[in-house]
Amino acid sequence: VKLTVTVNGSPVPADVADRTLLVHFIREVAGLTATNVGCDTSSCGACTVLLDGQSVKSCTLLAAQADGREVVTAEGLAGPQGELHPVQAAFRAEHGLQCGFCTPGMVMAAVSLLAENPSPTEEEVRVGLEGNLCRCTGYHNIVRAILAASKETASKEQAG
Amino acid sequence: MGANGSGASCAPSRAKGVNVSILGTRVVRTEDPALLTVGGTYVDDVQVPELIGAARVTFVRSPVAHAILGDIDVSAALAAPGAIAVLTAREMDDLPPPPPDDGGGGSEGAPVPMGGPWSEPLLAADRVRYVGEPVAIVLTEDSYQGVDAAEQVIVDYQPLPTVLGPGAVDAETLLFPRTSSNVAVTAGAPADGSAFDGCDVVVRRTIENQRLAPVPMEGRAVAAYWADGKLTVWVSTQNAQISRFILAGALGLDPAAIRVITPDVGGGFGAKVGLDRDAIVVAWAARRTGRPVRWAETRSENLVGMTHGRAQQQEITIGGTRDGRVLAYRVDIVQDTGAYPRMSGFLPGLTSLMAVGPYAIPQVQTAFRVLVTNTTPISAYRGAGRPEATAAIERAMDLFAAEIGMDPAEVRRRNLLPPDAFPHTTPGGAVYDSGDYAAALDKVLAAAGYGGLRDEQARRRRRGDPVQLGIGLASYVEITAADAAAGETARLVVHADGTATAYTGSSAHGQGHHTAWAMLVQAELGIPMDQVTVVHGDTDIIPEGVGTYASRSLQLGGVAVHKAALSVKEQARQVAADLIEASEADMELDTDTGAWQVRGDPATSRTWADVASHAGPEGLVAAAQYAEGQPTFPFGTHLAVVEVDTETGKVQHLRHVTADDAGSVLNPLLAEGQRHGGIAQGVAQALVEEFVYDADGNPLTSTLTDYAAITAAELPSFELVTSETPTDVNPLGAKGIGEAGTIGAVPAVQNAVIDALSHLGVRHINMPATPARVWAAISEARDSR
Repeated sequence: VKLTVTVNGSPVPADVADRTLLVHFIREVAGLTATNVGCDTSSCGACTVLLDGQSVKSCTLLAAQADGREVVTAEGLAGPQGELHPVQAAFRAEHGLQCGFCTPGMVMAAVSLLAENPSPTEEEVRVGLEGNLCRCTGYHNIVRAILAASKETASKEQAG
Repeated sequence: MGANGSGASCAPSRAKGVNVSILGTRVVRTEDPALLTVGGTYVDDVQVPELIGAARVTFVRSPVAHAILGDIDVSAALAAPGAIAVLTAREMDDLPPPPPDDGGGGSEGAPVPMGGPWSEPLLAADRVRYVGEPVAIVLTEDSYQGVDAAEQVIVDYQPLPTVLGPGAVDAETLLFPRTSSNVAVTAGAPADGSAFDGCDVVVRRTIENQRLAPVPMEGRAVAAYWADGKLTVWVSTQNAQISRFILAGALGLDPAAIRVITPDVGGGFGAKVGLDRDAIVVAWAARRTGRPVRWAETRSENLVGMTHGRAQQQEITIGGTRDGRVLAYRVDIVQDTGAYPRMSGFLPGLTSLMAVGPYAIPQVQTAFRVLVTNTTPISAYRGAGRPEATAAIERAMDLFAAEIGMDPAEVRRRNLLPPDAFPHTTPGGAVYDSGDYAAALDKVLAAAGYGGLRDEQARRRRRGDPVQLGIGLASYVEITAADAAAGETARLVVHADGTATAYTGSSAHGQGHHTAWAMLVQAELGIPMDQVTVVHGDTDIIPEGVGTYASRSLQLGGVAVHKAALSVKEQARQVAADLIEASEADMELDTDTGAWQVRGDPATSRTWADVASHAGPEGLVAAAQYAEGQPTFPFGTHLAVVEVDTETGKVQHLRHVTADDAGSVLNPLLAEGQRHGGIAQGVAQALVEEFVYDADGNPLTSTLTDYAAITAAELPSFELVTSETPTDVNPLGAKGIGEAGTIGAVPAVQNAVIDALSHLGVRHINMPATPARVWAAISEARDSR
């Protein structure tokens, strides 16, 4: 099937097998490998990306379903000079990552969570992350990072 | 400040003229910017010229637990679109014979299966022994074609009776026909009841330490390239050098003909110590076919193909006096080792060594049997034998406390080794180096508000609240760097431009080695962290090394870096003296600024670049190999608070308070991260995770929709109490911290669940404490009243 997916702002035209999953399109056709495959049952969330601004598990969509739509991956979050997105910065400051394998998906899920709920409680963050598995951090610092990013964004908006 | 150039570092600012070490400060990680933006480079992300056009490997795995392997018809698979080759054991005619039986020692460091009659083939040859056992591989142009082609491999399985669980001891069916029994290893002391003669109370119970799947987020992955007699293997492992050793033996190659590269590794937890037969098969396929190959397993494959952990049945016997003194303890272990004895008797041996825990119990007996069963092989998983020891003794302490009607905290306090006991040799022969066990207990009780929690528990009991409160304790001591004598390597180069590179034999997979090692270099030499590159996991660059397991990295690999830095400093002192034309004895290094000068004379100041370039174009180089004389013994206490809904059996984990004392802490941020992750994996065992087979040996939890890997929603934030008792075993004063969280958390949470129901007469619930199990225990207790 012929399709064009806009990935991190750049159109990526391709002709791929009908059954190609979006995650494999991102990794193998667009050549962006931050997005990882951690399971085969849509359980772990390592492949989470934004599709038209909403978080999706890119292993659960066909590439064809993203035709004409916009995908943002972890590679597309940082600013033009490489400055970290507030969520990325908070993950670093709070030590919200260890081996890093779940991290791109976890960060994208967090970005989506905060877009929907800019000031979540700890409970809301924990429930919101239920579809993203991390085996290293015990989630403790991931939760702290998201709460810190939420406060950071809130205080910036107040100042602005 | 700004050690990583980000401004986010929490290192203390440099007061003028006062040397403030970076060690012990909360430095954010140098690893993170790449991991957060472009992602790590895991094996399946590696893009190098050698791997262009690599064939994809897909495994054909046994769908049955136990069978004679008949014909394998590969003709249809070979005709499938994209098929390049189909390989089975028949094609493995270019390999050396399997090793002889090693006698059953085994180790965590080199998980080479027992040989002789217990040999584990690379691909199944005449029999399959578990669901998931590799039978054949298919090479295709892409991975989707691989799945299709693998389904076209027709294998004839002639089923055999399935052997599962402790019944393997006297099962008629043998997994290995050349042996006389399914018991691979027997060890320990015969039961001697006289040890319990002086006891007022003796409690005996059989408990399960259930089988778990490690589930690193990155599964196993390998890429391999063969050219000109040299094999290059990229592998997701905790030990590049051990992997090279295993590959050399299995493939009959000189180690010098193999280069193992470990890129970023997405978690290991013990299950990536060395490498598995699957990885050897993939590497072999590159040599056999002359094509570069790559393999990244699926999660469903990982859950049956990667080794599992735990799987012990323990019979515990504890006896003592009514005033709370424990006099005797015995544990009899049945270790299910799965289909192949990968670690022989190592895991239950470690459980036996650490059986007595932090207590002064005069009589301690242990014994174990290692059984082969038709299940995925068992190997190391976070703690590797020690969580099993702690789970047993801490359950036993609570059973004893309940029997004599004493508070579990008080029973522990009365039996903990006193602070003046160290060094202390246990009845099992472990030499505990240092500790203050009661202090850790008291800190945790105070931080948790223990008295108030007991009051709240009493109130709920009085009013018959359907949601009961449980408080669980676990005091533990564990062993880290158990193979301290194997040591670790480091090589440090200060280049002519004043930057440094540290080469380490240790291996990172999330712990933050690169940050920690750079901190050690900065602390000793004053070269800022962002000028220090850390390199690990490439056997062409670092041929000698051991890697990461058993919480050994900082106390061996870190100390090796520290020693290399000291050695570079002494070389630099000579060179600087020559450069400045002063006496060596008068030279001083300001570790805040990284400047050499004649003592008290800033006019003579020289940079590292000045000194290193004066030494020659190669700069300054020092190698170090550091081995410790003995392991270290971290300790601590965990306290868990849970709510148990007595009407549904649902457990809610409310609080988790811990003191985990691992000696001096290099970077609290990293140490806390290790504790957090460890605690979560411990809670997971206590409450949700279990790998389950049906009666025919079919796995029932082979996807992440069935295996209940713990999520954020099931956990509270953790309350960490600081406790640092340095060891004098190594110059950093450090013990290991990677596994302590898991070791302490498992019994603390399990004990909390049972404690919530103790007034109903519940004395034990096996893990995981699922709603069904808890509800059944409540019902049973009510029925028997």
